[in-house]
Amino acid sequence: MLRFIIYRILQAIPVLLVVISATFILIRMAPGGPFDAEKAVSPYVLEKLNERYNLNAPLPEQLFDYISGIIKGDFGPSFKFPTRSVTEMIATGLPITFELAFYAMLVALLIGITAGLVAAIRPNTAQDYVPMSVAMIGICMPSFLMGPILVLIFGIWLEWLPVSGWGYSAGDKILPAITLGSTYAAYIARLTRGGMLEVLSQDYIRTARAKGLPTRTIIFKHALKGGLLPVVSFLGPAIAGLLSGSFVVETIFQIPGLGRFYVQAAFNRDYTMIMGTTIFFSMLIIFFNLISDIIAAYLNPRIKLGGEG
Amino acid sequence: MSSLDPSGEQGRSLWQDAIARLGQNRLAMLGLYLLAFMVIIALLTPWIAPYSYETQQLDLGAIAPNARHWFGTDTFGRDLLTRIMYGGRVSLAVGFIATAVALVIGVLWGAVAGYIGGRTDAVMMRIVDILYALPFMIFIILLMVVFGRSILLLFLAIGCVEWLTMARIVRGQVLALKQQEFIEAAVVIGLSHWQIIYRHIIPNILGPIIVYITLTIPSVMLLEAFLSFLGLGIQPPQSSWGLLISYGVETMEEYPWLLLFPGLVLSITLFALNFLGDGLRDALDPKASKD
Repeated sequence: MLRFIIYRILQAIPVLLVVISATFILIRMAPGGPFDAEKAVSPYVLEKLNERYNLNAPLPEQLFDYISGIIKGDFGPSFKFPTRSVTEMIATGLPITFELAFYAMLVALLIGITAGLVAAIRPNTAQDYVPMSVAMIGICMPSFLMGPILVLIFGIWLEWLPVSGWGYSAGDKILPAITLGSTYAAYIARLTRGGMLEVLSQDYIRTARAKGLPTRTIIFKHALKGGLLPVVSFLGPAIAGLLSGSFVVETIFQIPGLGRFYVQAAFNRDYTMIMGTTIFFSMLIIFFNLISDIIAAYLNPRIKLGGEG
Repeated sequence: MSSLDPSGEQGRSLWQDAIARLGQNRLAMLGLYLLAFMVIIALLTPWIAPYSYETQQLDLGAIAPNARHWFGTDTFGRDLLTRIMYGGRVSLAVGFIATAVALVIGVLWGAVAGYIGGRTDAVMMRIVDILYALPFMIFIILLMVVFGRSILLLFLAIGCVEWLTMARIVRGQVLALKQQEFIEAAVVIGLSHWQIIYRHIIPNILGPIIVYITLTIPSVMLLEAFLSFLGLGIQPPQSSWGLLISYGVETMEEYPWLLLFPGLVLSITLFALNFLGDGLRDALDPKASKD
Protein backbone atom coordinates (compact mmCIF):
# COMPACT_ATOMS: atom_id res chain seq x y z
CA MET A 1 0.00 0.00 0.00
CA LEU A 2 2.74 2.42 1.00
CA ARG A 3 4.68 1.49 -2.12
CA PHE A 4 1.62 2.24 -4.20
CA ILE A 5 1.18 5.66 -2.62
CA ILE A 6 4.85 6.56 -3.09
CA TYR A 7 4.77 5.30 -6.66
CA ARG A 8 1.70 7.41 -7.46
CA ILE A 9 3.25 10.51 -5.87
CA LEU A 10 6.45 10.02 -7.84
CA GLN A 11 4.37 9.60 -10.98
CA ALA A 12 2.66 12.93 -10.37
CA ILE A 13 5.93 14.88 -10.36
CA PRO A 14 6.82 14.51 -14.06
CA VAL A 15 3.20 15.30 -14.92
CA LEU A 16 3.44 18.53 -12.94
CA LEU A 17 6.73 19.46 -14.58
CA VAL A 18 5.20 18.84 -18.01
CA VAL A 19 2.23 21.04 -17.09
CA ILE A 20 4.41 23.89 -15.86
CA SER A 21 6.83 23.79 -18.79
CA ALA A 22 4.08 23.40 -21.40
CA THR A 23 2.11 26.30 -19.94
CA PHE A 24 5.21 28.45 -19.70
CA ILE A 25 6.30 27.76 -23.28
CA LEU A 26 2.79 28.22 -24.65
CA ILE A 27 2.46 31.62 -23.02
CA ARG A 28 5.87 32.64 -24.38
CA MET A 29 4.76 31.53 -27.85
CA ALA A 30 1.85 33.96 -27.77
CA PRO A 31 2.23 36.41 -30.63
CA GLY A 32 3.68 39.78 -29.59
CA GLY A 33 5.41 40.77 -26.38
CA PRO A 34 3.38 41.17 -23.21
CA PHE A 35 3.59 44.98 -23.38
CA ASP A 36 2.77 45.43 -27.08
CA ALA A 37 -0.83 46.28 -26.38
CA GLU A 38 0.03 49.17 -24.07
CA LYS A 39 0.67 52.60 -25.51
CA ALA A 40 4.25 53.03 -26.68
CA VAL A 41 6.61 53.00 -23.72
CA SER A 42 10.09 54.49 -23.62
CA PRO A 43 13.03 52.08 -23.94
CA TYR A 44 13.93 52.81 -20.34
CA VAL A 45 10.50 51.87 -19.04
CA LEU A 46 10.43 48.79 -21.25
CA GLU A 47 13.79 47.78 -19.82
CA LYS A 48 12.45 48.22 -16.29
CA LEU A 49 9.31 46.25 -17.12
CA ASN A 50 11.33 43.42 -18.63
CA GLU A 51 13.44 43.42 -15.52
CA ARG A 52 10.44 43.34 -13.22
CA TYR A 53 8.89 40.42 -15.04
CA ASN A 54 12.25 38.68 -15.47
CA LEU A 55 12.07 38.65 -19.27
CA ASN A 56 15.75 39.37 -19.95
CA ALA A 57 17.17 36.09 -18.74
CA PRO A 58 17.52 33.17 -21.17
CA LEU A 59 14.34 31.11 -21.45
CA PRO A 60 15.53 28.00 -19.53
CA GLU A 61 16.66 30.24 -16.68
CA GLN A 62 13.30 32.05 -16.64
CA LEU A 63 11.54 28.69 -16.47
CA PHE A 64 13.83 27.55 -13.66
CA ASP A 65 13.20 30.78 -11.72
CA TYR A 66 9.47 30.41 -12.26
CA ILE A 67 9.43 26.84 -10.97
CA SER A 68 11.50 27.69 -7.90
CA GLY A 69 9.10 30.59 -7.29
CA ILE A 70 6.13 28.21 -7.41
CA ILE A 71 7.78 25.87 -4.91
CA LYS A 72 7.95 28.84 -2.55
CA GLY A 73 4.32 29.65 -3.32
CA ASP A 74 5.09 32.70 -5.49
CA PHE A 75 3.35 32.77 -8.88
CA GLY A 76 4.71 36.20 -9.82
CA PRO A 77 2.93 39.52 -10.36
CA SER A 78 -0.17 39.97 -12.50
CA PHE A 79 0.42 41.67 -15.88
CA LYS A 80 -2.85 43.54 -15.85
CA PHE A 81 -2.99 44.56 -12.22
CA PRO A 82 0.68 45.22 -11.40
CA THR A 83 -0.05 45.94 -7.76
CA ARG A 84 -1.56 42.50 -7.14
CA SER A 85 0.26 39.22 -7.23
CA VAL A 86 -1.15 36.06 -8.75
CA THR A 87 -0.73 34.29 -5.41
CA GLU A 88 -2.86 36.96 -3.74
CA MET A 89 -5.67 36.51 -6.28
CA ILE A 90 -5.55 32.75 -5.86
CA ALA A 91 -5.72 33.18 -2.09
CA THR A 92 -8.84 35.36 -2.37
CA GLY A 93 -10.66 33.20 -4.89
CA LEU A 94 -9.76 29.72 -3.77
CA PRO A 95 -11.76 29.49 -0.51
CA ILE A 96 -14.90 30.59 -2.34
CA THR A 97 -14.40 28.08 -5.14
CA PHE A 98 -13.71 25.33 -2.63
CA GLU A 99 -16.84 26.16 -0.67
CA LEU A 100 -18.91 26.09 -3.86
CA ALA A 101 -17.34 22.79 -4.96
CA PHE A 102 -17.93 21.32 -1.51
CA TYR A 103 -21.64 22.14 -1.50
CA ALA A 104 -21.96 20.94 -5.08
CA MET A 105 -20.30 17.65 -4.17
CA LEU A 106 -22.65 17.29 -1.22
CA VAL A 107 -25.64 17.81 -3.51
CA ALA A 108 -24.21 15.36 -6.05
CA LEU A 109 -23.50 12.63 -3.49
CA LEU A 110 -26.80 12.97 -1.62
CA ILE A 111 -29.01 13.00 -4.70
CA GLY A 112 -26.86 10.66 -6.76
CA ILE A 113 -26.44 7.88 -4.20
CA THR A 114 -30.08 8.03 -3.11
CA ALA A 115 -31.35 7.87 -6.69
CA GLY A 116 -28.91 5.08 -7.57
CA LEU A 117 -29.94 3.02 -4.53
CA VAL A 118 -33.63 3.51 -5.20
CA ALA A 119 -33.10 2.36 -8.79
CA ALA A 120 -30.91 -0.63 -7.89
CA ILE A 121 -33.30 -2.03 -5.28
CA ARG A 122 -35.98 -2.72 -7.89
CA PRO A 123 -34.25 -2.83 -11.27
CA ASN A 124 -36.31 -2.62 -14.47
CA THR A 125 -39.37 -1.23 -12.77
CA ALA A 126 -40.73 2.30 -12.72
CA GLN A 127 -38.67 2.84 -9.57
CA ASP A 128 -35.61 2.24 -11.76
CA TYR A 129 -36.65 3.93 -15.00
CA VAL A 130 -37.84 7.23 -13.56
CA PRO A 131 -34.65 8.20 -11.65
CA MET A 132 -32.44 6.91 -14.47
CA SER A 133 -34.32 8.94 -17.09
CA VAL A 134 -33.99 12.02 -14.93
CA ALA A 135 -30.28 11.22 -14.64
CA MET A 136 -29.99 11.07 -18.43
CA ILE A 137 -31.57 14.52 -18.61
CA GLY A 138 -29.06 15.73 -16.01
CA ILE A 139 -26.19 14.44 -18.14
CA CYS A 140 -27.51 15.96 -21.36
CA MET A 141 -28.36 19.33 -19.85
CA PRO A 142 -25.11 21.29 -19.54
CA SER A 143 -24.58 23.48 -16.48
CA PHE A 144 -24.63 26.69 -18.52
CA LEU A 145 -28.19 25.80 -19.49
CA MET A 146 -29.31 24.27 -16.20
CA GLY A 147 -28.11 27.33 -14.22
CA PRO A 148 -29.98 30.02 -16.16
CA ILE A 149 -33.13 27.89 -16.31
CA LEU A 150 -33.06 27.38 -12.53
CA VAL A 151 -32.51 31.13 -12.09
CA LEU A 152 -35.41 31.85 -14.42
CA ILE A 153 -37.78 29.52 -12.57
CA PHE A 154 -36.78 29.91 -8.90
CA GLY A 155 -35.16 33.34 -8.99
CA ILE A 156 -37.20 35.39 -11.42
CA TRP A 157 -40.62 33.76 -11.84
CA LEU A 158 -41.19 32.29 -8.37
CA GLU A 159 -38.86 34.72 -6.56
CA TRP A 160 -37.93 32.03 -4.02
CA LEU A 161 -34.16 32.41 -4.19
CA PRO A 162 -31.64 35.15 -5.01
CA VAL A 163 -30.42 35.13 -8.63
CA SER A 164 -26.76 35.91 -7.95
CA GLY A 165 -24.12 36.66 -5.35
CA TRP A 166 -22.33 34.56 -2.78
CA GLY A 167 -22.94 35.07 0.92
CA TYR A 168 -24.77 38.40 0.49
CA SER A 169 -28.29 37.20 1.12
CA ALA A 170 -29.85 34.11 2.63
CA GLY A 171 -30.05 31.14 0.31
CA ASP A 172 -27.88 32.56 -2.47
CA LYS A 173 -25.63 29.52 -2.29
CA ILE A 174 -28.40 27.05 -3.07
CA LEU A 175 -28.83 27.57 -6.81
CA PRO A 176 -25.10 27.62 -7.65
CA ALA A 177 -24.52 24.42 -5.66
CA ILE A 178 -27.41 22.63 -7.35
CA THR A 179 -26.36 23.86 -10.80
CA LEU A 180 -22.79 22.68 -10.36
CA GLY A 181 -23.74 19.43 -8.64
CA SER A 182 -26.56 18.23 -10.90
CA THR A 183 -24.45 16.72 -13.69
CA TYR A 184 -22.37 14.82 -11.17
CA ALA A 185 -25.46 13.71 -9.28
CA ALA A 186 -26.57 12.13 -12.55
CA TYR A 187 -23.29 10.32 -13.13
CA ILE A 188 -23.12 9.18 -9.52
CA ALA A 189 -26.68 7.84 -9.73
CA ARG A 190 -25.73 5.73 -12.75
CA LEU A 191 -22.52 4.51 -11.15
CA THR A 192 -24.24 3.67 -7.85
CA ARG A 193 -26.93 1.73 -9.65
CA GLY A 194 -24.39 -0.24 -11.68
CA GLY A 195 -22.16 -0.94 -8.69
CA MET A 196 -25.04 -1.97 -6.44
CA LEU A 197 -26.57 -4.26 -9.06
CA GLU A 198 -23.27 -6.06 -9.41
CA VAL A 199 -22.76 -6.45 -5.67
CA LEU A 200 -26.36 -7.51 -5.05
CA SER A 201 -25.94 -10.43 -7.45
CA GLN A 202 -23.05 -11.89 -5.48
CA ASP A 203 -23.11 -14.98 -3.31
CA TYR A 204 -22.54 -13.35 0.04
CA ILE A 205 -25.61 -11.20 -0.47
CA ARG A 206 -27.63 -14.31 -1.25
CA THR A 207 -26.29 -15.83 1.93
CA ALA A 208 -27.35 -12.76 3.88
CA ARG A 209 -30.81 -12.96 2.34
CA ALA A 210 -31.00 -16.68 3.13
CA LYS A 211 -30.16 -15.89 6.74
CA GLY A 212 -33.29 -13.79 6.70
CA LEU A 213 -31.69 -10.41 7.25
CA PRO A 214 -33.97 -7.48 6.46
CA THR A 215 -33.33 -5.78 3.11
CA ARG A 216 -32.31 -2.59 4.87
CA THR A 217 -29.49 -4.32 6.76
CA ILE A 218 -28.31 -6.11 3.63
CA ILE A 219 -28.18 -2.91 1.61
CA PHE A 220 -26.58 -0.65 4.18
CA LYS A 221 -24.35 -3.06 6.08
CA HIS A 222 -23.23 -5.47 3.39
CA ALA A 223 -23.73 -4.15 -0.12
CA LEU A 224 -23.10 -0.43 0.13
CA LYS A 225 -19.33 -0.51 0.67
CA GLY A 226 -18.66 -2.59 -2.41
CA GLY A 227 -21.38 -0.98 -4.44
CA LEU A 228 -20.01 2.50 -3.98
CA LEU A 229 -16.52 1.63 -5.28
CA PRO A 230 -17.20 2.96 -8.78
CA VAL A 231 -18.39 6.21 -7.16
CA VAL A 232 -15.15 6.55 -5.21
CA SER A 233 -13.05 6.09 -8.35
CA PHE A 234 -15.20 8.73 -10.01
CA LEU A 235 -14.60 11.31 -7.26
CA GLY A 236 -11.19 12.39 -8.57
CA PRO A 237 -12.39 13.15 -12.12
CA ALA A 238 -15.56 14.63 -10.61
CA ILE A 239 -13.61 17.14 -8.56
CA ALA A 240 -11.61 18.06 -11.66
CA GLY A 241 -14.93 18.55 -13.43
CA LEU A 242 -16.32 20.61 -10.56
CA LEU A 243 -13.34 22.94 -10.74
CA SER A 244 -13.74 23.58 -14.47
CA GLY A 245 -17.50 23.71 -13.98
CA SER A 246 -16.89 26.53 -11.53
CA PHE A 247 -15.82 28.71 -14.52
CA VAL A 248 -19.38 28.68 -15.81
CA VAL A 249 -21.27 28.67 -12.53
CA GLU A 250 -19.21 31.49 -11.03
CA THR A 251 -19.74 33.50 -14.21
CA ILE A 252 -23.51 32.92 -14.24
CA PHE A 253 -24.02 33.68 -10.56
CA GLN A 254 -21.32 36.38 -10.31
CA ILE A 255 -19.39 34.57 -7.60
CA PRO A 256 -15.93 36.07 -6.96
CA GLY A 257 -14.11 32.72 -6.99
CA LEU A 258 -11.04 31.42 -8.75
CA GLY A 259 -13.02 30.20 -11.75
CA ARG A 260 -14.29 33.67 -12.54
CA PHE A 261 -10.80 35.13 -12.09
CA TYR A 262 -9.56 32.58 -14.59
CA VAL A 263 -12.20 33.41 -17.20
CA GLN A 264 -11.58 37.13 -16.73
CA ALA A 265 -7.82 36.63 -17.03
CA ALA A 266 -8.42 34.71 -20.25
CA PHE A 267 -10.49 37.63 -21.55
CA ASN A 268 -7.95 40.27 -20.50
CA ARG A 269 -5.02 38.21 -21.77
CA ASP A 270 -3.43 38.58 -18.37
CA TYR A 271 -0.68 36.11 -19.22
CA THR A 272 0.90 35.65 -15.79
CA MET A 273 -2.50 35.25 -14.19
CA ILE A 274 -3.53 32.61 -16.76
CA MET A 275 -0.23 30.84 -16.33
CA GLY A 276 -0.49 30.88 -12.55
CA THR A 277 -4.09 29.72 -12.37
CA THR A 278 -3.58 27.05 -15.04
CA ILE A 279 -0.71 25.57 -13.09
CA PHE A 280 -2.56 25.90 -9.82
CA PHE A 281 -5.69 24.21 -11.18
CA SER A 282 -3.53 21.44 -12.64
CA MET A 283 -1.87 20.87 -9.29
CA LEU A 284 -5.25 20.65 -7.58
CA ILE A 285 -6.64 18.23 -10.13
CA ILE A 286 -3.59 15.98 -10.06
CA PHE A 287 -3.72 16.03 -6.26
CA PHE A 288 -7.38 15.04 -6.09
CA ASN A 289 -6.88 12.28 -8.66
CA LEU A 290 -4.09 10.96 -6.47
CA ILE A 291 -6.28 11.00 -3.37
CA SER A 292 -9.18 9.25 -5.06
CA ASP A 293 -6.85 6.56 -6.47
CA ILE A 294 -5.47 5.93 -3.01
CA ILE A 295 -8.92 5.74 -1.41
CA ALA A 296 -10.10 3.36 -4.14
CA ALA A 297 -7.05 1.15 -3.61
CA TYR A 298 -7.66 1.19 0.13
CA LEU A 299 -11.30 0.19 -0.23
CA ASN A 300 -10.63 -2.54 -2.74
CA PRO A 301 -7.59 -4.69 -2.01
CA ARG A 302 -8.09 -6.54 -5.29
CA ILE A 303 -7.44 -3.41 -7.34
CA LYS A 304 -4.25 -3.74 -9.34
CA LEU A 305 -1.58 -1.58 -7.75
CA GLY A 306 0.32 0.11 -10.58
CA GLY A 307 3.66 0.02 -8.75
CA GLU A 308 3.70 -3.73 -8.53
CA GLY A 309 3.02 -4.26 -12.23
CA MET B 1 -39.79 -14.68 -49.47
CA SER B 2 -38.30 -16.25 -52.58
CA SER B 3 -35.05 -17.85 -51.71
CA LEU B 4 -32.64 -19.60 -54.02
CA ASP B 5 -30.78 -21.00 -51.10
CA PRO B 6 -31.84 -24.65 -50.86
CA SER B 7 -31.64 -24.64 -47.11
CA GLY B 8 -34.13 -21.80 -47.12
CA GLU B 9 -32.06 -19.86 -44.64
CA GLN B 10 -29.32 -17.35 -45.28
CA GLY B 11 -26.41 -16.76 -42.99
CA ARG B 12 -26.21 -13.38 -41.37
CA SER B 13 -22.96 -11.50 -40.97
CA LEU B 14 -22.00 -9.99 -37.64
CA TRP B 15 -22.81 -6.56 -39.03
CA GLN B 16 -26.27 -7.58 -40.15
CA ASP B 17 -26.80 -9.02 -36.70
CA ALA B 18 -25.74 -5.78 -35.09
CA ILE B 19 -27.96 -3.69 -37.36
CA ALA B 20 -30.91 -5.92 -36.53
CA ARG B 21 -30.24 -5.52 -32.82
CA LEU B 22 -29.96 -1.76 -33.21
CA GLY B 23 -33.25 -1.70 -35.11
CA GLN B 24 -35.01 -3.22 -32.13
CA ASN B 25 -33.74 -0.56 -29.75
CA ARG B 26 -36.43 2.11 -29.97
CA LEU B 27 -34.57 4.81 -28.09
CA ALA B 28 -31.45 4.35 -30.19
CA MET B 29 -33.47 4.47 -33.42
CA LEU B 30 -35.24 7.61 -32.22
CA GLY B 31 -31.80 9.08 -31.57
CA LEU B 32 -30.66 8.07 -35.05
CA TYR B 33 -33.70 9.68 -36.72
CA LEU B 34 -33.38 12.87 -34.68
CA LEU B 35 -29.70 13.12 -35.51
CA ALA B 36 -30.33 12.48 -39.21
CA PHE B 37 -33.00 15.17 -39.15
CA MET B 38 -30.63 17.69 -37.53
CA VAL B 39 -27.85 16.90 -40.01
CA ILE B 40 -30.15 17.21 -43.04
CA ILE B 41 -31.52 20.53 -41.77
CA ALA B 42 -27.99 21.77 -41.15
CA LEU B 43 -26.85 20.78 -44.64
CA LEU B 44 -29.86 22.39 -46.34
CA THR B 45 -29.96 25.53 -44.18
CA PRO B 46 -28.73 28.04 -46.79
CA TRP B 47 -31.63 27.02 -49.06
CA ILE B 48 -34.45 26.41 -46.61
CA ALA B 49 -33.85 29.00 -43.88
CA PRO B 50 -37.03 31.08 -43.61
CA TYR B 51 -35.23 34.40 -43.18
CA SER B 52 -31.83 35.94 -43.73
CA TYR B 53 -29.24 35.24 -41.08
CA GLU B 54 -28.00 38.80 -40.62
CA THR B 55 -30.76 41.16 -41.64
CA GLN B 56 -31.84 43.13 -38.61
CA GLN B 57 -35.31 44.54 -38.20
CA LEU B 58 -34.71 46.85 -35.31
CA ASP B 59 -38.27 48.23 -35.40
CA LEU B 60 -39.54 44.68 -34.96
CA GLY B 61 -37.43 43.99 -31.86
CA ALA B 62 -37.80 40.83 -29.84
CA ILE B 63 -41.20 39.30 -30.41
CA ALA B 64 -42.52 36.08 -28.91
CA PRO B 65 -42.98 32.97 -31.06
CA ASN B 66 -45.85 33.36 -33.53
CA ALA B 67 -47.02 32.04 -36.88
CA ARG B 68 -44.50 34.05 -38.91
CA HIS B 69 -41.54 33.53 -36.59
CA TRP B 70 -41.98 30.07 -35.06
CA PHE B 71 -39.23 30.56 -32.48
CA GLY B 72 -39.71 34.34 -32.14
CA THR B 73 -37.08 36.97 -32.91
CA ASP B 74 -34.10 38.32 -30.97
CA THR B 75 -33.59 41.87 -29.76
CA PHE B 76 -32.35 42.93 -33.21
CA GLY B 77 -35.45 41.50 -34.86
CA ARG B 78 -33.57 38.55 -36.34
CA ASP B 79 -35.51 35.32 -36.77
CA LEU B 80 -34.42 32.91 -34.01
CA LEU B 81 -35.24 29.74 -35.97
CA THR B 82 -32.92 30.89 -38.76
CA ARG B 83 -30.17 31.67 -36.30
CA ILE B 84 -30.54 28.29 -34.59
CA MET B 85 -30.32 26.59 -37.99
CA TYR B 86 -27.11 28.41 -38.87
CA GLY B 87 -25.72 27.92 -35.37
CA GLY B 88 -26.41 24.21 -35.68
CA ARG B 89 -24.18 24.06 -38.76
CA VAL B 90 -21.27 25.31 -36.66
CA SER B 91 -22.05 23.19 -33.60
CA LEU B 92 -22.46 20.00 -35.61
CA ALA B 93 -19.40 20.78 -37.73
CA VAL B 94 -17.28 21.21 -34.60
CA GLY B 95 -18.67 17.94 -33.27
CA PHE B 96 -17.92 15.97 -36.41
CA ILE B 97 -14.62 17.55 -37.47
CA ALA B 98 -13.01 17.59 -34.02
CA THR B 99 -14.08 13.97 -33.54
CA ALA B 100 -12.52 13.15 -36.93
CA VAL B 101 -9.25 14.74 -35.81
CA ALA B 102 -9.38 12.71 -32.58
CA LEU B 103 -10.21 9.60 -34.59
CA VAL B 104 -7.23 9.89 -36.93
CA ILE B 105 -4.68 10.60 -34.19
CA GLY B 106 -6.14 8.08 -31.74
CA VAL B 107 -6.46 5.19 -34.18
CA LEU B 108 -2.99 5.69 -35.63
CA TRP B 109 -1.36 6.07 -32.22
CA GLY B 110 -3.18 3.13 -30.67
CA ALA B 111 -2.72 0.86 -33.68
CA VAL B 112 1.00 1.58 -33.97
CA ALA B 113 1.58 1.14 -30.22
CA GLY B 114 -0.40 -2.09 -30.05
CA TYR B 115 1.02 -3.50 -33.27
CA ILE B 116 4.70 -2.84 -32.59
CA GLY B 117 4.37 -3.64 -28.89
CA GLY B 118 7.32 -3.96 -26.55
CA ARG B 119 9.23 -0.88 -25.53
CA THR B 120 7.67 1.39 -28.19
CA ASP B 121 4.26 0.47 -26.84
CA ALA B 122 5.34 1.18 -23.28
CA VAL B 123 6.73 4.61 -24.17
CA MET B 124 3.74 5.57 -26.31
CA MET B 125 1.22 4.56 -23.67
CA ARG B 126 3.21 6.29 -20.93
CA ILE B 127 2.85 9.49 -22.95
CA VAL B 128 -0.90 8.90 -23.13
CA ASP B 129 -0.98 8.35 -19.35
CA ILE B 130 0.81 11.62 -18.68
CA LEU B 131 -1.43 13.56 -21.07
CA TYR B 132 -4.43 11.94 -19.43
CA ALA B 133 -3.56 13.49 -16.10
CA LEU B 134 -3.57 17.02 -17.57
CA PRO B 135 -6.62 19.18 -17.03
CA PHE B 136 -7.55 19.63 -20.66
CA MET B 137 -10.41 22.02 -20.36
CA ILE B 138 -7.91 24.48 -18.99
CA PHE B 139 -5.42 23.75 -21.72
CA ILE B 140 -7.94 24.36 -24.46
CA ILE B 141 -8.78 27.72 -22.92
CA LEU B 142 -5.06 28.45 -22.76
CA LEU B 143 -4.64 27.54 -26.45
CA MET B 144 -7.58 29.73 -27.42
CA VAL B 145 -6.09 32.66 -25.51
CA VAL B 146 -2.58 32.25 -26.86
CA PHE B 147 -3.39 31.60 -30.51
CA GLY B 148 -6.52 33.66 -30.92
CA ARG B 149 -10.08 32.41 -31.05
CA SER B 150 -10.29 30.89 -34.50
CA ILE B 151 -12.73 28.16 -35.38
CA LEU B 152 -10.01 26.10 -37.04
CA LEU B 153 -7.96 26.11 -33.86
CA LEU B 154 -11.05 25.05 -31.94
CA PHE B 155 -11.38 21.95 -34.15
CA LEU B 156 -7.72 21.12 -33.69
CA ALA B 157 -7.52 21.86 -29.98
CA ILE B 158 -10.56 19.78 -29.10
CA GLY B 159 -9.51 17.00 -31.47
CA CYS B 160 -6.05 16.94 -29.95
CA VAL B 161 -7.39 16.31 -26.44
CA GLU B 162 -10.09 13.79 -27.30
CA TRP B 163 -7.83 11.23 -28.99
CA LEU B 164 -6.44 9.73 -25.78
CA THR B 165 -9.31 7.38 -24.96
CA MET B 166 -9.49 6.36 -28.60
CA ALA B 167 -5.79 5.45 -28.54
CA ARG B 168 -6.28 3.31 -25.44
CA ILE B 169 -9.28 1.46 -26.84
CA VAL B 170 -7.60 0.79 -30.18
CA ARG B 171 -4.36 -0.38 -28.59
CA GLY B 172 -6.18 -2.87 -26.38
CA GLN B 173 -8.07 -4.30 -29.34
CA VAL B 174 -4.96 -4.50 -31.50
CA LEU B 175 -3.02 -6.31 -28.79
CA ALA B 176 -5.76 -8.91 -28.60
CA LEU B 177 -6.04 -9.25 -32.39
CA LYS B 178 -2.33 -9.67 -32.89
CA GLN B 179 -2.45 -13.05 -31.17
CA GLN B 180 -4.94 -14.47 -33.64
CA GLU B 181 -4.06 -16.96 -36.37
CA PHE B 182 -5.26 -14.95 -39.34
CA ILE B 183 -2.80 -12.18 -38.54
CA GLU B 184 0.00 -14.74 -38.30
CA ALA B 185 -1.13 -16.11 -41.63
CA ALA B 186 -0.99 -12.62 -43.13
CA VAL B 187 2.57 -12.20 -41.85
CA VAL B 188 3.54 -15.59 -43.27
CA ILE B 189 2.29 -14.83 -46.77
CA GLY B 190 4.45 -11.71 -46.70
CA LEU B 191 2.02 -8.79 -46.40
CA SER B 192 3.66 -5.53 -45.34
CA HIS B 193 2.92 -4.10 -41.90
CA TRP B 194 0.81 -1.30 -43.35
CA GLN B 195 -1.21 -3.76 -45.39
CA ILE B 196 -1.86 -5.84 -42.30
CA ILE B 197 -2.89 -2.81 -40.23
CA TYR B 198 -5.01 -1.36 -43.00
CA ARG B 199 -6.65 -4.51 -44.37
CA HIS B 200 -6.90 -6.78 -41.35
CA ILE B 201 -6.57 -4.89 -38.13
CA ILE B 202 -8.59 -1.73 -38.70
CA PRO B 203 -11.66 -3.46 -40.19
CA ASN B 204 -11.74 -5.75 -37.17
CA ILE B 205 -11.74 -2.97 -34.62
CA LEU B 206 -14.39 -0.87 -36.37
CA GLY B 207 -17.10 -1.79 -33.85
CA PRO B 208 -15.59 -0.22 -30.73
CA ILE B 209 -14.37 2.71 -32.81
CA ILE B 210 -17.88 3.47 -34.10
CA VAL B 211 -19.30 3.26 -30.60
CA TYR B 212 -16.67 5.58 -29.25
CA ILE B 213 -17.21 8.05 -32.11
CA THR B 214 -20.90 8.40 -31.28
CA LEU B 215 -20.03 9.03 -27.64
CA THR B 216 -17.23 11.51 -28.46
CA ILE B 217 -19.34 13.74 -30.71
CA PRO B 218 -21.69 14.86 -27.91
CA SER B 219 -18.86 15.51 -25.47
CA VAL B 220 -17.07 17.58 -28.12
CA MET B 221 -20.24 19.55 -28.87
CA LEU B 222 -20.68 20.15 -25.17
CA LEU B 223 -17.10 21.39 -24.91
CA GLU B 224 -17.61 23.79 -27.80
CA ALA B 225 -20.84 25.11 -26.31
CA PHE B 226 -19.12 25.52 -22.95
CA LEU B 227 -16.29 27.55 -24.47
CA SER B 228 -18.62 29.63 -26.63
CA PHE B 229 -20.79 30.31 -23.63
CA LEU B 230 -17.77 31.73 -21.80
CA GLY B 231 -16.93 33.82 -24.88
CA LEU B 232 -13.78 31.83 -25.53
CA GLY B 233 -15.03 29.69 -28.41
CA ILE B 234 -16.92 30.67 -31.55
CA GLN B 235 -16.82 34.43 -32.11
CA PRO B 236 -19.58 36.59 -33.62
CA PRO B 237 -20.69 37.14 -36.37
CA GLN B 238 -20.38 33.35 -36.53
CA SER B 239 -22.79 31.60 -34.26
CA SER B 240 -23.26 28.32 -32.50
CA TRP B 241 -25.79 26.91 -30.09
CA GLY B 242 -23.53 27.67 -27.14
CA LEU B 243 -23.23 31.30 -28.23
CA LEU B 244 -26.99 31.61 -28.77
CA ILE B 245 -27.55 30.24 -25.26
CA SER B 246 -25.16 32.80 -23.81
CA TYR B 247 -27.06 35.61 -25.61
CA GLY B 248 -30.29 34.09 -24.38
CA VAL B 249 -29.09 34.22 -20.80
CA GLU B 250 -28.49 37.97 -21.03
CA THR B 251 -32.10 38.70 -21.93
CA MET B 252 -33.90 35.71 -20.41
CA GLU B 253 -35.84 37.83 -17.95
CA GLU B 254 -37.76 39.67 -20.68
CA TYR B 255 -37.45 37.20 -23.57
CA PRO B 256 -37.14 33.66 -22.15
CA TRP B 257 -37.64 32.03 -25.57
CA LEU B 258 -34.21 33.29 -26.63
CA LEU B 259 -32.73 30.95 -23.99
CA LEU B 260 -35.21 28.08 -24.11
CA PHE B 261 -35.21 27.27 -27.83
CA PRO B 262 -31.43 27.08 -28.39
CA GLY B 263 -31.13 25.18 -25.11
CA LEU B 264 -33.82 22.72 -26.12
CA VAL B 265 -32.24 22.08 -29.51
CA LEU B 266 -28.79 21.50 -27.99
CA SER B 267 -30.18 19.17 -25.30
CA ILE B 268 -32.21 17.15 -27.80
CA THR B 269 -29.17 16.68 -30.01
CA LEU B 270 -27.02 15.57 -27.07
CA PHE B 271 -29.81 13.21 -25.99
CA ALA B 272 -30.04 11.72 -29.47
CA LEU B 273 -26.30 11.14 -29.69
CA ASN B 274 -26.05 9.59 -26.23
CA PHE B 275 -28.96 7.22 -26.84
CA LEU B 276 -27.55 6.25 -30.22
CA GLY B 277 -24.14 5.65 -28.67
CA ASP B 278 -25.58 3.47 -25.91
CA GLY B 279 -27.66 1.56 -28.44
CA LEU B 280 -24.68 1.00 -30.73
CA ARG B 281 -22.63 -0.26 -27.81
CA ASP B 282 -25.31 -2.78 -26.94
CA ALA B 283 -25.73 -3.79 -30.58
CA LEU B 284 -22.07 -4.14 -31.54
CA ASP B 285 -20.81 -5.59 -28.31
CA PRO B 286 -23.57 -7.56 -26.61
CA LYS B 287 -21.15 -8.65 -23.89
CA ALA B 288 -20.45 -5.12 -22.68
CA SER B 289 -22.43 -4.30 -19.60
CA LYS B 290 -24.83 -1.39 -19.48
CA ASP B 291 -22.97 0.77 -17.02
